[in-house]
Parts: sequence; structure tokens; C-alpha cells
Amino acid sequence: MSSVTIDKAAPTRTVKYGSMSRDRKWALRWSYFFLTLFAIFSLLPPIYMLVTSLKSSAEISAATNPWWVFHPTLENYIGLLTSNQFLRFFWNSALVSIFVVTITMLISVPAAFALARMRFWGSATLATGVFLTYLIPDSLLFIPLFKVFALFGDWTGIQLINRWYVLLFIYPTLTVPFCTWIMIGYFASIPKELDEAAIIDGASWFQTLTRIFIPVALPGLIAATIFAFTVSWAQFLYPLVFTTSTDQLVLPVGIITTLIKGDVFNWGQIMTGALLGAAPPLIIYAFLMDYYIAGLTAGATKG
Amino acid sequence: MADVALQPDRVGAAQPARKRSSLQKALKRKSTAAFLMTLPLIILIALLVLYPAFYSLHLATLNKSMQRFVGLGNFEFLFKRDTFWLVVKQSCIFAITAVFFKALIGFIVAHFVHNIPAKGQRKWRGMLLVPWVIPPAMSTLAWLWLFDPSYSAFNYTLSFFGIGPIPWTGDAAWARFSVILVNVWYGAPFFMIMYLASLKSVPDQLYEAAAIDGANWWQRIWYVTLPMMRNIIAITTLFSLIVTFANFDIVRILTAGGPLDHTHIFATWAFRIGIEGSDIPLGASVSLFMVPILAVAAIFILRDVNKRGNEA
Repeated sequence: MSSVTIDKAAPTRTVKYGSMSRDRKWALRWSYFFLTLFAIFSLLPPIYMLVTSLKSSAEISAATNPWWVFHPTLENYIGLLTSNQFLRFFWNSALVSIFVVTITMLISVPAAFALARMRFWGSATLATGVFLTYLIPDSLLFIPLFKVFALFGDWTGIQLINRWYVLLFIYPTLTVPFCTWIMIGYFASIPKELDEAAIIDGASWFQTLTRIFIPVALPGLIAATIFAFTVSWAQFLYPLVFTTSTDQLVLPVGIITTLIKGDVFNWGQIMTGALLGAAPPLIIYAFLMDYYIAGLTAGATKG
Repeated sequence: MADVALQPDRVGAAQPARKRSSLQKALKRKSTAAFLMTLPLIILIALLVLYPAFYSLHLATLNKSMQRFVGLGNFEFLFKRDTFWLVVKQSCIFAITAVFFKALIGFIVAHFVHNIPAKGQRKWRGMLLVPWVIPPAMSTLAWLWLFDPSYSAFNYTLSFFGIGPIPWTGDAAWARFSVILVNVWYGAPFFMIMYLASLKSVPDQLYEAAAIDGANWWQRIWYVTLPMMRNIIAITTLFSLIVTFANFDIVRILTAGGPLDHTHIFATWAFRIGIEGSDIPLGASVSLFMVPILAVAAIFILRDVNKRGNEA
């Protein structure tokens, strides 16, 4: 904060503390210079996606300047948005993400409430266990999980592999531990006086949760929801392993397996698909950036 | 405190119906209610995380058709293969280099963002976090296209400086560089956000005191910023080490392990063997090699989290 005040006062102080303010001015210029460089580095791939998505295949294969569109066209967008297959991927992704977010919230909010406020035998161990589960990566579990679901299909006759809804069982293993963990942090930061007052007024535990904890911890709840949504939207390994038929695929896997036909890369359509696939998280991020960042930092700073 | 306050309510509710069965009484108890609320979580973790994790230990001891117990045969087989050692080496190179550069770039960029006036910070932070927001599978496709052997936009730009076409994904050394570059691009914003949050919590008085004592910028970073951020640096690095070590999508899409298995890391090689080659036990054995390093990182993170929990 002090840097800001010094900066605002800089013009009047120029005479008195010449060298210091000149240093600051240069530091500021260098900061902007390097930030611009890093911003270009960060935004290069998405911008290049946009540039390529506006080109026709003829322009892509012609050896013109790849960074510029000479004959912008929407044919890639029209092609994809009228293709039933692509819309199916989008629909599958949306369905999976919405269900996973709902399931995650239904499991993790009550659990976080119980772990943060109601002490019971083993609750501290369980909270630590939840955190450890969050550290187990998907690439460790995909092989045994695949086998477990295959065996489950053999035993019960219910075939889950190669159905999009198998992902509804698997994605919560990624989202629930983290969401529970950050909700424990948010719930624990609510002052005890609040729920004591509610209980004195005769509220049950359930009412305390829905009337006090959820409204007060709403920012945390939004952050957790955004996290669950982005994770399930972006997940690539599990759908690649568990689904193969084209009508069961979600967006990331669908784009990679269907738009790349052998060695033929239809780059215009691939980039359009990738951009459309990146759009939902980007839109959420654009509108709810603060919640997004709160969720990101809460994982490691709340404990 | 909550326990004591709760009693009148519970007693009032329980007294009229003395004859209720003990089961109903147990349901009314706080600990039972709490246990029921966490039950879905416990079931989920037990069935879909713990059970598969231990099941993969069992899987790793079976032969390819999963009918015969071979003990440590799969591991013996792996140790004799050159590709396995290539994967071990590449996994370590990949994870350590990528995490180091992510941390370094994140630290530098966080300082630059912290330096500029507060009202512009939001805008810059918003732009710099974009790589983290785009699903990695989608952004890696853009990188794949930027690295395309014949239409690479990078090579087009570099050709103006007289730098010949670079085989971004065709040559082993360049392919290793490319997967690390994409991973750094994707992960550095996370470090930037974490470090920025932690920079803002360093009290300004410390810098003022250091400035009065005549500390230059390097001394301010070394003696004030770094000690204050030590905790968050450690925890972020360990988190990222786990995630990078277990990375799958970037390597899978960018090189699929090629050229000649030189960019395979544990996750992609396990996928290649276990799912594509349908040798599930061998694939499970490969992915089990991730456990030791993950366990070490997890222990350190847990120690840190518990320590901070006690301080609070």
C-alpha cells in the first residue's frame, strides 16, 4: 500500500527526493515492460487459436503470414456448430459438469460442516485424510479404477464403461476432497457466536447449516462450485480411458479423437473446437475472477 | 460451547417421547448426525480412492492375462527395460525443471504485478492467469499447432532472424524442451497468484525498516521477502511437484511420448502400456512408481499444513 501512496505523491516530491522518485519511475517502466512480455507469452496460444479459427483451410495451407487473417471467414464455426457430433460432445460435457458440480456440493458441504463444527470420533483424522486424498493424482488411479469398473460390469451385469455417466462416479474423486477441504476452511472461519445464537434460538443442526453457514460462507461456496466445474470440464485422462464411442465422448477427448483423422489435421476446425471448449471456463473466469482466485489460493492458505 | 448450548433443545425434544428406541436416540445424538453427514464422503473415498489404490498393488503382482500371481515379476521385467529407465529419467527432468521455472517465473511476475499501482493490478493479473483457466487439453492443441512441423508459426517468425526451422516435437532434445515449455506456460500463473497473495501479506513496515537500514533491492528480497514467503513457497512448490510429476494431458497431446519414447513420463507410459497395450498389471506397476515421490511430497505438505493449523 505504501508504494501506491508514494507513487501518487511522486510529482510533488520530485524536487525534494529526486533520485528516489526517479528510481521508482524506472522500476515502474521496467515492470510494465516485462509484464507486457509475460502477457504476450501468456496470451499467445489463445490468440493464435482465434486467428486460426477464422481462416479457411485454403488459407491455412497457403504459406502466408500465420499471425494474420487475410480473408476472415466463419465457416469453421458454422461447420462445428451445425455438426451433430460436436454438439453432442458439448452436451455431454455440459451434462457431466453440471451433475458433478451438484453431486460434489451435496457431498462436500454437509461433510465440511460436520468436520468443521461437530467434533466426533475420528473427525480430525478424517479431515487430514480428505486433504491427503486431494493429493492423489488421477494418473495413479485410472488403471485400477478402469479394472474395478470392468469387474463391476462383469459381476452385476450393469455395464458402466463406455457410458458418459460413468464419469459421474469418477469425477467426484477429484472434486469432492478439494471442495470439502476449502469449505472446512471457510466454515471454520465463521465465528462460533453465530451458530451458538442460532442454537439458543432453537435452530436444529440442519437449520444452522442452511440458514447461517451457507449464506455466510457463500463466497467460499461459489469458489468451490467454480473449482468443481472447471475440473470436470477440463478433465482429459478419465474420459479418454473410460469412453470410446463417439456419442459418449466429452469435449476435450471428442475434439482430439474425431477432428484428427489419421495424419490429416484439420487445424481450422481443431482450433475452433478448442476455443469453443475453452470458452465456458473463460467466461466464468471473466465474470467471477475474484471467486476463482479465492478458490485457487484457499487450497493452500486456509488450513 | 456449542455442546452445552445444544442441550436444552435436545432434552426438550427428547423428553415427551421417552419410549423411543435406542436407535432413534442415537440418530438424535450430535456425533451420529455428524457421522451421517460425512458418510457419503467416507463411502466415496473408501470405494473410489482407497480401494482402487490398494487394488493396484494387487494388480501389479499379476501376469498380463491377470490369472497368475507373479509376485515382483512385473517390476523385474521393468528394471530390465531401457525404456523404463528413460521414463524415470525424463519424469525427473520434466518435473524438476518445470517446477523450478514455474516457481521462478511466478516469483518474478508476482513482483512486477506487486510493483505497479494497485488499480492496474487487477487487469494484469486477469490477463496473466488466462493460461491456468483454459483446459490444458485445449491449450496444448494450440501449442501443437504452433509447433507444427511444416506450418509452425514460431519457425515462420524465427526465419526472419535467420534461425533455421526448429523441429519442436520431432527431435528428442527439442521435444523435451517443448513439453517443459508448455507445462511452464500452463503452471506459472498458479505460482504467480499464490506468491502475489503472499506478497500482499508482508507488512510494509519491514520494507521501510530495511530501506532505512540501507538495504538494496536484492537484500530486501533475500532478507525480508523470502523469509516471509518461505511457507507459501514450500507448499506451492510441493503441490506443483505432485501435479507436474503426475502430468498426463500435455505430454500425451503434444508428443504422445515420442520421438522414440524420449518424452514419456510415468502417466503417459502407464497409459500406453496399460490401456492401449491392454497389459493392465504392467501399467499399474508403472504408475505405482509415482507413489514414493508423491508420498514424500505429501508428508512435507501435511507437516506444513498441520504446523500452520496449530499456529492459528
